Amino acid sequence: MNILPIGHRLGHRWLSLSAALLVVLFVSHPLRAAGKLNVVTATQDLASLATEVGGDRVSVISIARGYQDPHFVEAKPSFLLNLRKADLLVVVGLQLEIGWLPPLITQSGNPRIQPAAPGYFDASQFAEILEIPTSQVSRAMGDVHPLGNPHYWLDPQNGLRVAVGLAQKLSQMDPGDAAYFNQRLEDFRKRLTVAERRWDEQMKPYRGRKVVTYHQSWPNFVKRFGLQVVEYVEPRPGIPPSPAHVVELIALMKRQNVKLILVEPYFDLKTPQSVARETGAQVVVLMPSVGGDKDTGDYIKLFDYDINLLVKAFQQIR
Amino acid sequence: MPPIIMRAFLLSLILAPISAGSMRAQSPPAPAEDPQKAQEERIRKLEEEVQALKAAQANAKSEPAQLGGAGGSAAKAMNPDISLNGDFLGAVGHNDVRPVPSMEMHEAELGIQSVIDPYARGDAFISFGETGVSVEEAYVTLTALPGEFVAKIGKMRADFGKVNTTHNHALAWTDRPLVTENLVNGEDGIDDMGVSLSRILPAPGDMFLEATAQVFRGDSGDLFKSSQKNDLSYVGHLRGYEDLTENTNIELGYSYAQGHNELGHDYLTRLNGIDLSLRWKPLRRSIYNSFLWRSEFVWSRRDLLVGQARAFGLYSSLEYRLDQRWTIGGRFDWSERAPLASQLDRGGSALLTYWMSEFSQVRGQYRFTRYDGGQDASEVRLQLIFVMGAHGAHPF
Repeated sequence: MNILPIGHRLGHRWLSLSAALLVVLFVSHPLRAAGKLNVVTATQDLASLATEVGGDRVSVISIARGYQDPHFVEAKPSFLLNLRKADLLVVVGLQLEIGWLPPLITQSGNPRIQPAAPGYFDASQFAEILEIPTSQVSRAMGDVHPLGNPHYWLDPQNGLRVAVGLAQKLSQMDPGDAAYFNQRLEDFRKRLTVAERRWDEQMKPYRGRKVVTYHQSWPNFVKRFGLQVVEYVEPRPGIPPSPAHVVELIALMKRQNVKLILVEPYFDLKTPQSVARETGAQVVVLMPSVGGDKDTGDYIKLFDYDINLLVKAFQQIR
Repeated sequence: MPPIIMRAFLLSLILAPISAGSMRAQSPPAPAEDPQKAQEERIRKLEEEVQALKAAQANAKSEPAQLGGAGGSAAKAMNPDISLNGDFLGAVGHNDVRPVPSMEMHEAELGIQSVIDPYARGDAFISFGETGVSVEEAYVTLTALPGEFVAKIGKMRADFGKVNTTHNHALAWTDRPLVTENLVNGEDGIDDMGVSLSRILPAPGDMFLEATAQVFRGDSGDLFKSSQKNDLSYVGHLRGYEDLTENTNIELGYSYAQGHNELGHDYLTRLNGIDLSLRWKPLRRSIYNSFLWRSEFVWSRRDLLVGQARAFGLYSSLEYRLDQRWTIGGRFDWSERAPLASQLDRGGSALLTYWMSEFSQVRGQYRFTRYDGGQDASEVRLQLIFVMGAHGAHPF
């Protein structure tokens, strides 16, 4: 009888086990579900735009919820379950997700969605970007975004630009459905055009009105709808309001007769409300993202919700 | 410079901002009498704009050669992300067993991180301390492997439990737990040259399951020592994670490490570890409130010249974020010592952290330790942590 040393026998057993495991793992490699492209987006706004264009030919899932601060999403391992099988990852870009998305992409084991791979889609490349620094930036200015303000989706024209880019990307990835994607883009364009006309009409009486916002989330929105942001509740981006800044803010609002404070749903209302009490202003929780409220289920509804809220607030403080 | 080239250059300088401006320019205001037509015109222009951008990208290579290269700052675009994490420590009180200085620049960690090519990224962390400079980690991560595998090659902190993988500045305390000090090679931990392979495994429901296998040279301080080339050490980690609700999640990990100890080739040290974390972080108020309970249990078996030494240790830690600036916490420590399990150290800590911003924090920790033999240590440790530059996000 040929007796092998125990280590040798164990070695063979380990080799066989490892080979079997590798076969199982390769076989369990996820394939595209029922011919649909798997799209993962960083935010629900991008998910809504991808759904508008992709329709039932794509399966879309968002990592961040519309009511959470997109700067501070936790990089939960459960997100990897979707990222590992994604054909396309759509990101806001401009370093909005820098605190949580890069390690998820690295850990996903999915070569298709690595930065610069064909399945990595940076939506900011298609949008008009505001507040691009023209001089040296440092963190003395707070948590500034050196590539420009990443809240660009709050201009419906940027939503349309991103949708055009997504239609091109999806058509490249799935040429057989290109006509379907373009037809859906056309439909979205028409509905957005009608909606924009409505929003413009609603906001017309309030163009030029001054507001205060909590964070610098709204430059594209206020530019598009003709509002003017005079100051922020945060002294600098990402820095909590200090008593000295609050005193200055109250004086400024009184001086300039500002009667509206816009707050994102993930910020504490205590400071904005105390400022409002001192100045006779009104605090409005405006939704910066799709899914922030049950009535902001898609991209067009998001603006419907915000514009209606603003109009109501302006009417009350008239 | 010939005058014609000079003129062309000046003309291009004048035209460039104009053409760039026209690309970004807002559409003209809609005439009040026909807003629909204005909207349609705006949409048409947008389409043309996107098409023009695409065409410009596609034709970039066929455009006439540009005079002169990009400016100096463009060359920096390929520079890696560079950061420096400072960890300044001060201590008052007494500790005769493991004394620390009244003030020390405990560590300045230089981080250099970058994508290397379409297939890999690199991360290096060089630690400058009072006793010298060391490469804490320097590894390449292969991100384009088939079969959803992720490989790391280089020097790295081993995937043993939670604390071992965490850099000083990312810990919730000013120190490391007694179980790490006694059983897992203290501050340096299992940190060695080797290869790591991990993969997400199929799991029931929405559970996340990941396995990691690592092979190292076999040198990690006093814990593992290779006296021969084939005295390798091995680390395995199995990690299960599940979202209980969108705000609450639980994580359970099992780790195993094995390597040769300082007695020689025939003597092994084996570690088994379990880590358990329960987190709560409400999505709508994530910057204000959160809660983390984490415990790790480590069992050590160490071959001696005669027989084996078995030791056990644990820590259990709580952390609660009160608001955007303040966090409170506490930790319980209990650990036998690796060579002599009859020696037992116990302790407890209370912590208060003030976050000046995302990039700097001040922490105070009161620590009471009853070392073996009834030697008590009572200390207040103060820490300032600061981050300069672009420091990559930490894995969850």
